[in-house]
Amino acid sequence: MVGAGAGAKKTSPEVVKSGSGSSTMLMLKLKLKLKTKQQELLLRVSILCLVYVLAFITRLFSVLRYESMIHEFDPYFNYRTTLYLTENGFYEFWNWFDSDSWYPLGRIIGGTLYPGLMVTAAIIYWLLRLLSFAVHIREVCVLTAPFFASNTTIVAYFFGKEIWDSGAGLVAAALIAICPGYISRSVAGSYDNEGVAIFALLFTFYLFVKAVNTGSLAWALASAFGYFYMVSAWGGYVFIINLIPLYVLVLLVTGRYSMRLYVAYNSMYVVGMLLAMQIRFVGFQHVQSGEHMAAMGVFFLMQVFYMLDWVKYLLGDAKLFQAFLRITVTTALAVGVIALGLGTASGYISPWTGRFYSLLDPTYAKDHIPIIASVSEHQPTAWSSFMFDFHILLFLFPAGLYFCFKRLSDATIFIVMYGLTSMYFAGVMVRLILVATPAVCLISAIAVSATIKNLTLVARAKDNNKVSHSGSLKGSASSSKASSKASLDQSQPFQRNGAIALLLGAFYLLSKYATHCTWVTSEAYSSPSIVLAARGAHGQRVIFDDYREAYFWLRQNTPPDAKVMSWWDYGYQITAMGNRTVIVDNNTWNNTHIATVGRAMSSYEDEAYEIMRSLDVDYVLVVFGGVTGYSSDDINKFLWMVRIGGGVFPIIKEPDYLVNGEYRVDKGAAPKMLNCLMYKLSYYRFGELTTEYGKPPGYDRARGVEIGNKDIKLEYLEEAFTTSNWIVRIYKVKPPNNRW
Amino acid sequence: MKIGVRLDVLVLTIALLSVPVLSDLILSKVDRRIDLTSQIARITSTLKVENAGNDLVSEVLLTIPDNQAKNLAYLTATSNEGKGKVKASAVSLPVEVVHPKGMPPALTFYSVSLPKGLGKGETFTLDVLAVFTHALQPFPEEITQANIQLVVFSDTAHFLSPYTVKVQSLIVKLPEARIESYTKIENTKIHGSEIKYGPYENLPPFSYSPIGVHFEANQPFVVAQELVREIEISHWGNVQVTEHYNLVHGGARSKGEFSRLDYQSRRYVGGASAVRTLVAKLPPRAHSVYYRDEIGNISTSNLWSDSKKTELEIEPRYPMFGGWRTAFTIGYGLPLQDFLFQAEGKRYLDFSFGCPMNEVVIDTLIVKASCLGIISLQYIVHVVLPEGSTDISVSVPFPVKQWQETKFSHLDVIGRPVIALEKTNAVPEHDQHFQVYYKFSNLSMLREPLMLISGFFLLFVAGIIYMHADLAISKSSPSYLAKLQWDEVLAVIQQFQNNINRCLTIHDKLEASLRDLSRTGDVQACKAARKAFDGLLKDLSKDLKPLLAFLQSSPQASQILPKVEELVVKEKDLQEKLMAKHSIVVDGYEKKSGGREIENRIALQQQKITALRQEVDDLLEFIEEI
Repeated sequence: MVGAGAGAKKTSPEVVKSGSGSSTMLMLKLKLKLKTKQQELLLRVSILCLVYVLAFITRLFSVLRYESMIHEFDPYFNYRTTLYLTENGFYEFWNWFDSDSWYPLGRIIGGTLYPGLMVTAAIIYWLLRLLSFAVHIREVCVLTAPFFASNTTIVAYFFGKEIWDSGAGLVAAALIAICPGYISRSVAGSYDNEGVAIFALLFTFYLFVKAVNTGSLAWALASAFGYFYMVSAWGGYVFIINLIPLYVLVLLVTGRYSMRLYVAYNSMYVVGMLLAMQIRFVGFQHVQSGEHMAAMGVFFLMQVFYMLDWVKYLLGDAKLFQAFLRITVTTALAVGVIALGLGTASGYISPWTGRFYSLLDPTYAKDHIPIIASVSEHQPTAWSSFMFDFHILLFLFPAGLYFCFKRLSDATIFIVMYGLTSMYFAGVMVRLILVATPAVCLISAIAVSATIKNLTLVARAKDNNKVSHSGSLKGSASSSKASSKASLDQSQPFQRNGAIALLLGAFYLLSKYATHCTWVTSEAYSSPSIVLAARGAHGQRVIFDDYREAYFWLRQNTPPDAKVMSWWDYGYQITAMGNRTVIVDNNTWNNTHIATVGRAMSSYEDEAYEIMRSLDVDYVLVVFGGVTGYSSDDINKFLWMVRIGGGVFPIIKEPDYLVNGEYRVDKGAAPKMLNCLMYKLSYYRFGELTTEYGKPPGYDRARGVEIGNKDIKLEYLEEAFTTSNWIVRIYKVKPPNNRW
Repeated sequence: MKIGVRLDVLVLTIALLSVPVLSDLILSKVDRRIDLTSQIARITSTLKVENAGNDLVSEVLLTIPDNQAKNLAYLTATSNEGKGKVKASAVSLPVEVVHPKGMPPALTFYSVSLPKGLGKGETFTLDVLAVFTHALQPFPEEITQANIQLVVFSDTAHFLSPYTVKVQSLIVKLPEARIESYTKIENTKIHGSEIKYGPYENLPPFSYSPIGVHFEANQPFVVAQELVREIEISHWGNVQVTEHYNLVHGGARSKGEFSRLDYQSRRYVGGASAVRTLVAKLPPRAHSVYYRDEIGNISTSNLWSDSKKTELEIEPRYPMFGGWRTAFTIGYGLPLQDFLFQAEGKRYLDFSFGCPMNEVVIDTLIVKASCLGIISLQYIVHVVLPEGSTDISVSVPFPVKQWQETKFSHLDVIGRPVIALEKTNAVPEHDQHFQVYYKFSNLSMLREPLMLISGFFLLFVAGIIYMHADLAISKSSPSYLAKLQWDEVLAVIQQFQNNINRCLTIHDKLEASLRDLSRTGDVQACKAARKAFDGLLKDLSKDLKPLLAFLQSSPQASQILPKVEELVVKEKDLQEKLMAKHSIVVDGYEKKSGGREIENRIALQQQKITALRQEVDDLLEFIEEI
């Protein structure tokens, strides 16, 4: 840019000098011509700025519709820890033992979380405070995800530029700015690890590709730091540390080994590993656990390759080298396998975790770990959600792959690998669509950019011809004109019109994409899920704010040391908003503890009372949608509680709650179902309530049946609070009766 | 509990009876009225004081038992001189706590200073208003959701005074509801919801006759345990008021189950004493009203406004039963000109001290400055003045604790001065205006915008400097030198392009002159133009030479050099062809040959020219891409 600017400065006086004889129009035209480079730069910068702003504001629907608030479940934990961090400083945060969750076990927060998000938000907060902007930490947390989404667009631009050209970069930035797959996890208020992690992921990849392309140590180190940030932010870093070795391996196999690759991978791996081990939650896992072994193996392989190169250079004899190669490769492989086997056998290398297995084998979790299978975002992805989240990108993706294969380079191989692997993972788990999104956007951007570039070239070339023709002698015969045209252009007759039609088609598709994205964002992804909204009978908006009603009641009207038992979904919210101790929460680290709660919920009241006494439970909270027709309530989640409880305590058997394999709550339900704690707490006194006109009392609107047990008496618990739409019901555990 | 109170009273009575009278004043008539319609007990007494002794008397003593005095929130005495209906504007008289000697224990004395000494036989009438909080004790103390709330009020039927009282009467006004029981002594009558005691005549000093009333009171007993009010002045035209409430239902505690079913379906049986809504009366023209708490916005509120007032009806997140707590914040903006005035070179804020909600007792009101008819046990008002205010002083009509703080808001450097006023046991009677005086220069208003502007300015300057400064560490490194050279090459290529472009423009003009020729047939003009253009083209090609030489010598330009050279050659070619065509056409016109003939002669040339021009354009475009 400096050069261009200087050039402009130097030449313009000359124009004036030489233009003395000619007309002013000439000068004007020259000046305009002069600036084309700068014009292009200006255009690019302003498009990027617009995209940056767009990425931010399209994520603000939830703030405008509802309010500036934290959404869903996990973000509440992140918010709570960020608050703690800003109030108590980093060291307190790092050493925090949280006694408010997992009673009576507690949780070592500093050692069991990825602190990247909290530290990022706290730094932004402190920075703003330093600049004397009196913002509240909540605002910072709410807007962190959109801010990082905006930054991601910039990274996408540079990444696109690196693998294809700046046009593809711009398109990629625009596509990723509004792609629903990404927006779903980064709307304002969705203060979750993924919000910053996708930025970190793409940034690391970009820096690594840059390092491979340049062979520069500086870029490799930068990518190591990017990797460090990613490790500090999200468990998904495992994807990076497996994808990069895989990519390197592919390059080695395809004979693209180079010094650049050697420098990039080795420095990135070594420095990245050392840095990653500083995160307490990762620590020595990085060199000991099975998930990280691939990276280490490839690291050693690189050394072997390097050595081979050197030996080849020394020997200079092909035959000798072949023999040497055979021996070295066999020994290296053998040593590797033996080391891995010994490590695994001695327990030094821990085996793969269940989560990792469930990624490789989608059916694994269902059979072995019900707690992972029970999470809705861990379900295999339906076709419709691909369509919903990617829209036209879904078929631009293969087209982009085609372009990538046509112009294979180190960078395009990377993006192809990234696209294909992440697409597979996206198919295994709904929430991994998020990881695939940047790759899909980049590859689609290549398709869009390359196609449009080709089409405009065709359209423009014809255009030029025509202009130059009409510029020639005006009154000349049409015959000569036609002949010259034919001689210049050997391609198909309707090429130009075809190109224009295709261009229009492309713009139509892209505009459809834009409207679809906006619609999805506003309709599907901008609900805080803690406040529910519905349309009333007259079309007005009805808000169900029952969750906060209940949590605030807990916060204000229960003893500060009260312990609340609920299903783990609500744990984070209760500690963050209700400020009370919970038995289990969304950090599902202790399966037995969760199973105990599941067992209590699925037992008869007297048995449950014993369990609750042993856990010091004071209040029990259940979520019930029978009055409002809210379907994700505890009765619908109940089978998971039974399964998870039964997984640890065989006394709980799933068939006891089913009738002929069917799950029912009406008169035909299993007797154990009708009398278990969860049923009683959900439907206590519900039998007296008429929910819908023309239906008998006790009509459950969420399941559309009349309940089977209307006469529920509670012996050991009493209703303490029920919210205005009955969505949350809180019961107090009575103290034991006096024996005398 | 009732019995306990009675015992206290009994002991007190015995103690009282054994004490001598201290002055010669006589209360010739006392009318008392106790208003119990809200949770706050308001006792209005009209005293007619007569000096029966010889000495000039300038003060009157009022007595309140200690157990009541600790709940005394507000006490005023006003002179009531203008007789009958034409009451002179009530003058409020100074009241202070005194500790006269030889008085019975367990009594608090308040001395009212009379406007002028009372001579022998003179009389003076004064009105005393005493407001008590927590005077209504719930009994039973715990009720279930289905029960109604009953409260007990106890006082004396006889006016407790160190003076002899000649005639007195007492009216107790109760809410329109059931009366469970009341103490019957002589001369007790009941009129609807009013109980009348008296008249009693000629009672000695310190006569005491305990009475108790037990009645239904379902009005909300909302007590603000702490209320912090913040009034922030912005000279850009806004007064922002933020009020943090910390409320508790101070009535009978609720026990047993809370049933939403009963609450919803049987409204008046299930939770009659629960607090469902509160109304805040805000000043007119209040705008940007919000209602939220620690965990977010609360959607259950309604706002009505007209020119006289703004009413905010808020519903807490959940109905409040006895003993339940809640906390929330309301905030609103007010137009500055309604509250800020100027006097004697100073500005002053004139704002009401009380909170906008009716019938709320405030334990502590911290006016950071509005509040709900609530008893506040602790009320703190913070007045936040703009940064740079000086000479701050406060005038409040009643005693409050006050101190200064500093608050940092957006873009503050030294912080904004904050006046904090604290009042314990605040009641709606404290809703009086107070003033904060301060000096503030108008220029200070511009400070923050200027700070922002200069901040951005510096940012841009830094950007410009960064773009123009040469930040290379090593000026001799090969890559740096290469970059410099490349920049030079780019500059030269740019000039080169200009040059070519100018040539092309001249070509266009040549063509244009030919067209002119075909239109006008003016051969001479065409020739002249041709000459001028020839000169220009020559100059241009002269200019081109050093550029080309530079590119040839520079190693950086090696990869584009072939294209550049090709372009030069093509351009030359094009120029020649064009000249040839021009000559032919001019020639043709001079020889007066027909248009068709000329056209035939140049057709071949024309084709070549078009092709060449196309190539030149392509080359130019290619070079531009670099």
